[in-house]
Amino acid sequence: MNRIARKFGFIALGAALTATTAMTSASAQEETIKVGILHSLSGTMAISETTLKDAMLMLIEQQNEKGGLLGKKLEAVVVDPASDWPLFAEKARQLIEQDKVAAVFGCWTSVSRKSVLPVFAELNSILFYPVQYEGEESEKNVFYTGAAPNQQAIPAVDYLMEEEGVERWVLEGTDYVYPRTTNKILEQYLLDKGVAQEDIIVNYTPFGFSDWQTEVAKIKEFGSAGKKTAVVSTVNGDANVPFYKELANQGIEAQDIPVVAFSVGEEELAGIDTGPLVGHLAAWNYFQSVDNEANAKFIEQWHAFTGDEDRVTNDPMEAHYIGFNMWVKAVEKAGTTDPEAVIAALPGTEVPNLTGGTSEMLPNHHITKPVLIGEIQDDGQFEVVSETEELVPGDAWSDFLPESKKLEADWVDLKCGNYDTEAKKCLGETAMAEPAEEETTSN
Amino acid sequence: MVLIRTIIAALFIVFSALAAQTASAQDDDPALRQAIAGLGAEKGYSKLRKAIGIVVETGDPRGARVLDALSEGDVYRRETDGAVFIVSGRGKQLTLLDPVTGDETGTAAKSDLKKVRVNNSVRRSVREAIGALTLGAKDPGVRMSAARTMIDNPDPDSLDAIDTALDKETDADVRDALQQARAGAIILSDRDVSEKVSAIETIRDMGGQQALSLLVRARSGAGAEMREATDAAIASVRKRLQYWSLGQNVWYGLSLGSVLLLAAIGLAITFGVMGVINMAHGEMVMLGAYTTFMVQEIMRTSFPGLLDWSLPIALPLAFLVAGAVGFAMERGVIRFLYGRPLETLLATWGVSLILQQTVRTIFGPTNREVSNPSYMSGAFQLGELSITWNRLWIVVFALVVFGVLLYAMNRTSLGLKMRAVTQNRRMAAAMGIRTPWVDALTFALGSGIAGIAGVALSQIDNVSPNLGQGYIIDSFMVVVFGGVGNLWGTLIGALSLGVANKFLEPFAGAVLGKIFVLVFIILFIQKRPRGLFALKGRAVET
Repeated sequence: MNRIARKFGFIALGAALTATTAMTSASAQEETIKVGILHSLSGTMAISETTLKDAMLMLIEQQNEKGGLLGKKLEAVVVDPASDWPLFAEKARQLIEQDKVAAVFGCWTSVSRKSVLPVFAELNSILFYPVQYEGEESEKNVFYTGAAPNQQAIPAVDYLMEEEGVERWVLEGTDYVYPRTTNKILEQYLLDKGVAQEDIIVNYTPFGFSDWQTEVAKIKEFGSAGKKTAVVSTVNGDANVPFYKELANQGIEAQDIPVVAFSVGEEELAGIDTGPLVGHLAAWNYFQSVDNEANAKFIEQWHAFTGDEDRVTNDPMEAHYIGFNMWVKAVEKAGTTDPEAVIAALPGTEVPNLTGGTSEMLPNHHITKPVLIGEIQDDGQFEVVSETEELVPGDAWSDFLPESKKLEADWVDLKCGNYDTEAKKCLGETAMAEPAEEETTSN
Repeated sequence: MVLIRTIIAALFIVFSALAAQTASAQDDDPALRQAIAGLGAEKGYSKLRKAIGIVVETGDPRGARVLDALSEGDVYRRETDGAVFIVSGRGKQLTLLDPVTGDETGTAAKSDLKKVRVNNSVRRSVREAIGALTLGAKDPGVRMSAARTMIDNPDPDSLDAIDTALDKETDADVRDALQQARAGAIILSDRDVSEKVSAIETIRDMGGQQALSLLVRARSGAGAEMREATDAAIASVRKRLQYWSLGQNVWYGLSLGSVLLLAAIGLAITFGVMGVINMAHGEMVMLGAYTTFMVQEIMRTSFPGLLDWSLPIALPLAFLVAGAVGFAMERGVIRFLYGRPLETLLATWGVSLILQQTVRTIFGPTNREVSNPSYMSGAFQLGELSITWNRLWIVVFALVVFGVLLYAMNRTSLGLKMRAVTQNRRMAAAMGIRTPWVDALTFALGSGIAGIAGVALSQIDNVSPNLGQGYIIDSFMVVVFGGVGNLWGTLIGALSLGVANKFLEPFAGAVLGKIFVLVFIILFIQKRPRGLFALKGRAVET
């Protein structure tokens, strides 16, 4: 009896021992490919960026279920830059130097992207940036999967002009680099289209602005000049909810003065009662309500992954979906995760997007996307009212600004992010000294 | 073109008169049915707008039902036979309603139905169409809103319809509205000058943004003889609007001031009376807002009938939650740091970060929806001033909270002890007051008041973990400006800063306006370091 017990114990102990050694040796031998996720999980931007972290984790998990990449498993390395712009640069350095990640998916605000640019250039790594932005940039190490202004702002304005007959414009934005650059492009575009200067007002409010009474009254007054008026809103983040609440309370209906927003998606609408907002517009390259099989599957997976049926999907998530799949394809094509080889393999890569088309990575490191205009519905979703027939290629340097009209980005033939087509030379680093320093930030 | 339209309009009136007579006799109208079927037939918004026009041309007021549903997005087409239905209910199985009578005609799976998509331009057509269809409705309220729509969308082609309606109209208010709609249409028509001039007078007397908009439109197409009259009318309307805009600025200022007051009044106690630099004050406000959210969620799921009462119910709870956290903070952290302002600042800053991240972990980083109860939605018109109900309630609420707090400080035993302890701690202790206990209660009171403020702010701002951060600087600004340790100073400080901000904003813009206010406060503090209402006497020295 005693001996049997001892024998059993021995066997059990032995089994346990071999099991653990097997496991440790397996994990030591099995090399993983590390993928960095650089999104704020605390601070002001956590509201938007946490979702993207979850989306990346889901994509990586799915890729592992499919057998990983190059025969290895993918491993996510998540860091929290805490909405602190200099910390973004530090965390990026940590991801590349210490964790030796093969690529980084991250950043949301333009200022955070600007702050990590030098790090990625110095250490020659890859960043996938998933958010719509102001353009006027093309870097060797960065792949822009969000919309450039010509993939969002310009088609939205065209829609308002043609469908709604808008003649008077309020360009309302938060006071930082993205709205300022976008509004500069839009103002020039409108003037080129023959809109009179007195029919445009440009207005800025601080980050997190919450008392919109005067601003909304001003819009109302501007809109009562006998011409059809619309608001183009680049208002960002937390300021949107009070803005829409005030619009609703002062009785500005979408039929009278429609507001088209570039930073308001499903996620932002989750905090408001959208009943009074029906008909206001947003321009994106993806909406959760897009009706096709790929999207339905994606939403289902997302709900299963988060365990919450109410979680919405949005445009930057789709951008990560496209960017991640492009990276996977490029790594497979290059046969290695070496940044130089992958950067060379990425342009020309084609992957299906979630709106039924196929997006392609262009030589200027932007992608082709459809532009969708959606109207807010009372269930917090958007209904597509207009869609470009073909995919729009992202333009790094706007054709509507005199100083950037002559610039071109091409990393395949020209190997340059800012080639001056008039002087026939690459401007290189000098022109890249962007207005990042003078920028105001939220905290 | 105009002639044809007039003929159509005239036809439409004859037809509508006929339709009104026959409607009772004949229950169903094939023309209307056919017109409604057209809504589902065509693709594209411009074709849909044409189909709406055809429904209007039937002149049957019953067409308003399906159009109304259309703009609500409740009209669907059955894929199998192309029949059009109004649909009610949500989920996979939907109830079909007859588009003419509104009676139930069965159910269908959602996958078998295709929604008739509408956009703003379609909604606009619907609104105008409903106006035209319901001008002769029985209910004066409906006729009134039809007349209002016509004022909003003046159209010379509808003049005959308006005239017919005016002849029949008995209600004085609706008559006035119709007269204004008529004047608006005349201005834009090609009628003769004398008629137009009298119309301009009607519009001028109407006043407001809308009149201005109409007059400006009229001016662009007016001949020389008209221009003078229009210009005079525009000038007169503008002048009146200017006076009102002054009143509007004052009102906006008071409303911003009351928000500042609410945010700062708790701090007036913790910082003003006790002297604790409490960086976690904003998070107390946030906790109050999240308590409101929780209460509303419970109401929504368990007691839907009480949903409108969720704010009054949340008030005491928010006070208790924030007060309890404040109490724990004072007992756990702050009491060890009295007299060491720098350490207090850092410690409370740390507490604020902990509270933020805790809330973020529990509720998630995204905004939470706190809906406005019905009595806090919308606006009412006071002359040219549109006053929103939620702002009005917040002004009233801020003043009530202030009054109650003033009473508590000056008339209750706890208030007496608080003042005693802050004025002379050792003497108060010698009189038998448990000063540590009073400290804790004072801090809890200040925090609780901040929690109450959170209930109100949940109505106008985001309910997110960052809610408090937006108010902390403003709160300190108000308390320092008003004078530390003086509740009246906080009141006057908050309201005057609010009004100053709102008078600067139209000229300087929101960003510069705020900078000007800050610069002003810096200069003011240089001149009067103790703020507007400085405490005098021995308390100041200790």
